Amino acid sequence: MEILVCVKRVPDSAENEISVGPGGADIRREDLVYSVNEWDNYAVEEAIQIVERVGGNVTVVSVGDTEAEEIVRREMAMGANQGLLATDAAFTGSDGLGIATILEAVARKTKYDLILTGAQADDGAAQVGGMLGALLDWPYASLVNLIKVEGDKALRIGREIEGGSQEISDIELPCVLSIQTGINEPRYVGIRGIRKVASVEIPVLDGGALGLPPETVGAAGARVRRVDYFVPQTGAGAEMLTGSTEEVAGKLVDLLKAKGGIK
Amino acid sequence: MDAKIFVFITHTDGKADDSALELVTAARSLFPGCTPNALVAGSGVGPVCQEVAASFGEVWKFDQAALAYPNAELLRPLLVKVLPAGATLLLAHNTFGLDLGPGLSVKLGVTYVPDVVGVDGLEGTTLKAVRQEYAGQVSAHVHCDIARGAVITVRPGAFKPAEAGAAAGQVVDRSEDATGLAARRTFVELIQAEAGDIDITREDVLVSVGRGIGDKENIPLVEELVEAMGAALSCSRPIVDAKWLDKARQVGTSGKTVKPRVYLALGISGSFQHVGGIKGNPFLLAINKNPKAAIFQVATIGVVADLLELLPVLTEKILKSR
Ligand SMILES: Cc1cc2nc3c(=O)[nH]c(=O)nc-3n(C[C@H](O)[C@H](O)[C@H](O)COP(=O)(O)OP(=O)(O)OC[C@H]3O[C@@H](n4cnc5c(N)ncnc54)[C@H](O)[C@@H]3O)c2cc1C
Ligand SMILES: Cc1cc2nc3c(=O)[nH]c(=O)nc-3n(C[C@H](O)[C@H](O)[C@H](O)COP(=O)(O)OP(=O)(O)OC[C@H]3O[C@@H](n4cnc5c(N)ncnc54)[C@H](O)[C@@H]3O)c2cc1C
Repeated sequence: MEILVCVKRVPDSAENEISVGPGGADIRREDLVYSVNEWDNYAVEEAIQIVERVGGNVTVVSVGDTEAEEIVRREMAMGANQGLLATDAAFTGSDGLGIATILEAVARKTKYDLILTGAQADDGAAQVGGMLGALLDWPYASLVNLIKVEGDKALRIGREIEGGSQEISDIELPCVLSIQTGINEPRYVGIRGIRKVASVEIPVLDGGALGLPPETVGAAGARVRRVDYFVPQTGAGAEMLTGSTEEVAGKLVDLLKAKGGIK
Repeated sequence: MDAKIFVFITHTDGKADDSALELVTAARSLFPGCTPNALVAGSGVGPVCQEVAASFGEVWKFDQAALAYPNAELLRPLLVKVLPAGATLLLAHNTFGLDLGPGLSVKLGVTYVPDVVGVDGLEGTTLKAVRQEYAGQVSAHVHCDIARGAVITVRPGAFKPAEAGAAAGQVVDRSEDATGLAARRTFVELIQAEAGDIDITREDVLVSVGRGIGDKENIPLVEELVEAMGAALSCSRPIVDAKWLDKARQVGTSGKTVKPRVYLALGISGSFQHVGGIKGNPFLLAINKNPKAAIFQVATIGVVADLLELLPVLTEKILKSR
């Protein structure tokens, strides 16, 4: 099976304090730690496991600037056979549809049987996979937490829905699936793994190579414009306790006792 | 204009989901005073249509055995067929909405606006919406032209439900339009989540641990606190994904909905999928090392601290105070 996995480079929101930059034009990016979008690691792991079972190749692609190459390489260290980087100044400021349009062009260059995306990324939009499926006119399923290969024409899949219930379906190939966390346990990538792929060439695709007119992607093609970032005013917010560890712990005990939190 | 505003209603066990009336409010914040129309699909959905009719202009009923389970791949071509040009469709940003919405916007050739939490109104045909990014640490204003229509998913719980009953809605049976639908994805069965060894939905004091605990090795620090308090242990999704705790302990939209009196959130960022599982306005204490964490927007009491330092001291103080 030929599998394409789409991966996004994102600020690691578990590690970073995200704050709004001057004028709200962007978040402050100076000291951010970047990584692969959490969901995309599960997608790459799943693709590798499918290929281990039924044969084939895993290609990883990221749309981004040249710094996205580092995450493509990381996913190759996990075991993806090939990496691709789609980068062009004209791609800057793309909305979700712009990113999906670029990925569609990548997908059309080679014959893939299956495309995996993450269920969502840092913007919480959960949009690119579904758009890509529609652009290619392939069937789509979101929030997939189970994949069984059934012959070479179809998959049996599970979608995780509200309350953790699982919706089982059959889906024809080729298709696009967005992957939910927990579907597998993504393998650990060590320094040695990274070193092994350090000098592998990662082909770069620009708008010309993908046959994308600049006005269809990037800020020029975006239907949704992000105007600015801001910090919301939400009610009173929490009352913040301050002091030494001892003092704070003491206050917490008093509060918990008062509210019946200690039984 | 009302003729072009639609709300897609999802329903469970013969009743419309809570999101139905929230979507009416969202539609009105876009088009003040509007009476949107509803779309209801399924098998035997007459009662759902009647239930919501009072809140909508027209309720389009698509009643077909083939629609008994909501399969977005079947419904997408149906909606492409029946929606008028320039329609604005609102749906909930839940597991169904995010299955249907993005592809539908492409097939309709209209703008897609995902996971909207607020609307600043419409200026001409420019929609001004509010979204959240980075697990709610920052918000963003987004603008888009909806002259040609739009598909908008609305975060559950972000808008107050509209008062039911203002409109005298009319149910229009359009089941005929929903014949002969075909999809390359077919529904097989629904497997209910397993019960597990503990029922956190019945606990009134919950200590919930998130990814901020860092390592499986640190979970005992939390268990000791739980024991000292006489509370029950719950968690966020990454803890279950990592298999550190059982799925039955997960709080959130894809886990359990809990309604404790006291909820202690330890190293949990406060994503809406987690917070969406906490009901009944508990006394919510949050401990997080990041002062910007979204959990502090909903907590009653907040502490900026490293769990690994604070938890042992807290546990010891509780034990001493007994
Ligand atoms: C400087 C800047 C300006 C921007 N301006 C705008 C704007 O004006 N309007 C606007 O709407 N958005 C804007 N964006 C957001 C940006 O274009 C998003 O990357 C885009 O909306 C898709 O990401 P998502 O988080 O929405 O993806 P989701 O749909 O949440 O992600 C789902 C999956 O899609 C795949 N995917 C997503 N992005 C990529 C990628 N880049 N490469 C490969 N796979 C990917 C991954 O598999 C991911 O798991 C801007 C971003 C930047 C950095
Ligand atoms: C369809 C769908 C359904 C979902 N359902 C659920 C659900 O039911 N339940 C759920 O929880 N999630 C759910 N999620 C996932 C959700 O989007 C978030 O990814 C998740 O809630 C994050 O969990 P977290 O807060 O533990 O981790 P993170 O977001 O990584 O946050 C960790 C926090 O710990 C803090 N921290 C780090 N180290 C320390 C330290 N030493 N001391 C103190 N604080 C520290 C960090 O500042 C950060 O705020 C769902 C997602 C999707 C797409």
